[in-house]
Amino acid sequence: MTSTLAQPSAALLRDRPHARAAAPRPYADPYLTGFVLGLVLLAAFVLVGRGLGATGAFASVAATAVDAVSSRTAQHNGFFAERLTPDGIWREWLVVEIAGVFAGGWASAALAHRLHITVERGASLGVTQRLARAAGGGVVMGVGAVLARGCTSGQALTGGALLSVGSWLFMFGAFGAAYLAAWLMRSAWA
Amino acid sequence: MIAPFTEFGLLGPRGALVAAFAIGIAFGACLERSGLGSARKLMGQFDLTDLAVFKVMFSAIVTAMLGLFWLSRLGLLDVQKVYLPDTFLLPQLLGGALFGVGFALAGLCPGTSCVAAATGRVDGVAVMLGMFAGVLATGAALPWLQRLYLATARGGLTLPRLLGMPEGVVILVVVGVALTAFGFTARIERRAAMSSRTSDNGV
Repeated sequence: MTSTLAQPSAALLRDRPHARAAAPRPYADPYLTGFVLGLVLLAAFVLVGRGLGATGAFASVAATAVDAVSSRTAQHNGFFAERLTPDGIWREWLVVEIAGVFAGGWASAALAHRLHITVERGASLGVTQRLARAAGGGVVMGVGAVLARGCTSGQALTGGALLSVGSWLFMFGAFGAAYLAAWLMRSAWA
Repeated sequence: MIAPFTEFGLLGPRGALVAAFAIGIAFGACLERSGLGSARKLMGQFDLTDLAVFKVMFSAIVTAMLGLFWLSRLGLLDVQKVYLPDTFLLPQLLGGALFGVGFALAGLCPGTSCVAAATGRVDGVAVMLGMFAGVLATGAALPWLQRLYLATARGGLTLPRLLGMPEGVVILVVVGVALTAFGFTARIERRAAMSSRTSDNGV
């Protein structure tokens, strides 16, 4: 809806190159970006023999944080211990990859005039309420992602392409529950 | 056989980290370009007004899956050396369901929350902080959750092995299902747009 509204104003701005705040450009075609994302995932398989991920980066940072507070605790917990890198966190593949995600997301948005400090929310939710739900949802996702050994990136996308049974189970579990939960909370984005 | 490059000595540890940053940049740019750094756009998947999540995800899965299959067929890539995540049936189904509830509540998933945060969305930062806390707490509690965490372990199990079918057949079925679903998406989005217009008129 917003993208179709943005188009005429973008056309107007093209005639005035000195205009300050250019209108955000519409998003790219989902099939085309999906195809390119597939090639990026394939490149990861070809170059380093592994796929994309996000949860692993959070887990590495968590392990490093625990280790900084109490090395003993980190060493005695299998989950954290196996995520500690002797050479430091910037040698961890997924941490570097997620740093790239930040850089790539930022640059892409900057080029398309889509950088704005904002809290994205439905009209029925206040800013505090929206941020609380975002953080709470994040906590629940964190629990689920540890149990499932990955998230939408490491399991659904990567494991999905590798035809892993657990990854497809994760996908059905995640989207099934998300549809149900989103329907119960459907007023949030109204 | 030349790929994975790291396995055949074509890429060292330093090169792998450079690749990690480059691949991350491309990954983040793809998510941002398609609008998946926006919680509102992501949630369109669940009220069926905008199926971009499905379109992006399944185009990517199908592309990478076919690429992997053909590179392996042409003798360029050794699939056995690509890291396949182990399957744990119960924790992955249960963890997936929990993850889905969190996803619907947060409006963003872990990867897209990073893009949201990088593009100035404060809700993305909140999701990241929550996610970090959740991973930290679950990691700390994991010694007490071992029975669930390690339940129903199946090792590196793939759909072709589970079904006893040739890989090519399973891939053909996945591609067929994806293409059929793509065909339906336009109709679903049109119907959702129509019903929202009629409800808008009622207000």
